[in-house]
Amino acid sequence: MRILCPIKQVPETSSVKMDEATGTMIREGVEAIVNPLDLYAVEAALRLRESQGGEVVALSMGPPAAMTALREVIAMGCDSAVLLSNRAFAGSDTWATGRALSAAIRKLGHFDLILCGERATDGDTGQVGPGIAAFLDLPVATYVGGIDEVDAKHIRVRRLVEDGHEVLDVELPAVLTVVKEIGEARLPTLRGKRRARAAEIPIWGPDEVSAPREEVGLNASPTRVVKIFKPKVARACRKVVAKDESAVQAAVGELVAFLKSKEVI
Amino acid sequence: MLTTDKSSHRGVWILGEQSKGRVQRITHELLRRGRELADKRRTDLTAVIFGHAIDESDLREVIERGADRVIAMEAPGLAEFLVEPYSACMLRLLAERKPEIVIAGATSLGRTLMPYVAVKANAGLTADCTVLDIEGDTGNLLQTRPAIGGNILATIKTPSHRPQMATVRPRSMRPAERTAGRKGEIIRLVAPAESLASRIKRVAFQSNEEKHALQDADIVVTAGRGIKKGENVKVVEALAKELEAALGASRDVVDRGWLSYPHQVGLSGKTVTPKLYVAVGVSGSIQHLAGMQTSEIIVAINTDPDAQIFNVADFGIVGSLFDVVPALVKALREGKANDQ
Repeated sequence: MRILCPIKQVPETSSVKMDEATGTMIREGVEAIVNPLDLYAVEAALRLRESQGGEVVALSMGPPAAMTALREVIAMGCDSAVLLSNRAFAGSDTWATGRALSAAIRKLGHFDLILCGERATDGDTGQVGPGIAAFLDLPVATYVGGIDEVDAKHIRVRRLVEDGHEVLDVELPAVLTVVKEIGEARLPTLRGKRRARAAEIPIWGPDEVSAPREEVGLNASPTRVVKIFKPKVARACRKVVAKDESAVQAAVGELVAFLKSKEVI
Repeated sequence: MLTTDKSSHRGVWILGEQSKGRVQRITHELLRRGRELADKRRTDLTAVIFGHAIDESDLREVIERGADRVIAMEAPGLAEFLVEPYSACMLRLLAERKPEIVIAGATSLGRTLMPYVAVKANAGLTADCTVLDIEGDTGNLLQTRPAIGGNILATIKTPSHRPQMATVRPRSMRPAERTAGRKGEIIRLVAPAESLASRIKRVAFQSNEEKHALQDADIVVTAGRGIKKGENVKVVEALAKELEAALGASRDVVDRGWLSYPHQVGLSGKTVTPKLYVAVGVSGSIQHLAGMQTSEIIVAINTDPDAQIFNVADFGIVGSLFDVVPALVKALREGKANDQ
């Protein structure tokens, strides 16, 4: 079974700065990690390789520093990795990201399964996984929380939805986006780390994946960030300071009266 | 760049949802958003619903809640959501009728179907919008959403592609009001057989035994990182119990394993719009605010007088939750006793 995992490097902290002019993120100086949900996808892929045999390939698009993220998943057990990195890809929205990743996946050959994290913790869109499926014209099951059965042609998965879970029989090849419930991700091993350090990870640009320049990056992105801002104060808050016991009693008394006046208690 | 001829696209669409032939609440919430946008753009509002044998009075209700037209595309193969038939049918309707704007719920359906369709329709899509507006005469949809882990708000446009597609959080808007007798057109279409192929089969459905009634609760009490330790959940739980409220959690609290994911309120959890929201030890990151700021009354308890949560609160107590919450529980209990 040949499995591909698209992964994303995301900022570790939530204290990220924005470039006000372009509306894109300033990544310099922020510690970067592998998107936690992508690690669940890698874990699911490694488990499938353990039971079915085969190969797990990781793919990422990002700045040269994203190489670190790919080495981390090789240390977990992925067999190989490719980095899509080129100025031409900069400023991609989810459409252009899906376009570039699917071009790279085509170039990497046939895969039985593409396993993605349900969303990245920075962009929070969850659109790239289904987008890749659409570009490659593959079926996609989202919010996958468990894999029940797999053979050469099908995979049976549990898809977590609002009021329960669906059991879906999915024809391979297919794209799955996974959530936390699929299983805790393993830690890299020492041997894996050594292998990761030695691994040769090719860096591809638009030419290597045969993607026309006008179909990648900011220029190919249908959506544009036109403004970024801090939200305005929405309500006038009646703020009571409660430093000592009597102040606590007074504050609580005032709050109870307030809630009664609003008829919520 | 692959762009579209904008002048040939008109009208606002919302993507309704049904379950077992009954139109779902998210449809009515989307009608409120859609009606506002259609009025601003001086155009009409169409609700599109895929399903099988959809209840006629429910479709009429969609008209009464603000749609000028309902298109119900039906086939047994559309009874439940499957991404391939749903997207094939939607792409067909988009190509034939060319709407300018398409809004869907950020549900497990909307968040799967919309990105799949957007790629194939070469359209821009913005996820989880909190505010939607129309820009002057360009007709550009101004889509505002929390960005970068929810630390900031971004306004996004789709300047040269049509349709402009967006998803909005369920429960981020009240359902549109119903006006009995409001007139509109109900169009039932039989889905074309060639659009129904699916490489995915839904073989079973298991509904949740445990109901986390967070989104239906009139009162939500949420624990934030200020509780400091998992065992202190019980302090906040006591208040929730006294108020007969559902218990919510911030992302930090869930990430630390102090409460489970179904309790999470915020951009990466649930959106709630209760009558009363009590945030205990919650700092109020934008990603959290995105999940609760449309609550009717918001009360915050936090030691930090500058905590962002106070910016959206109606009433705030600056103090230690370990002093304030037990005192509040006691006062509520005494209040109840006095009423009897």
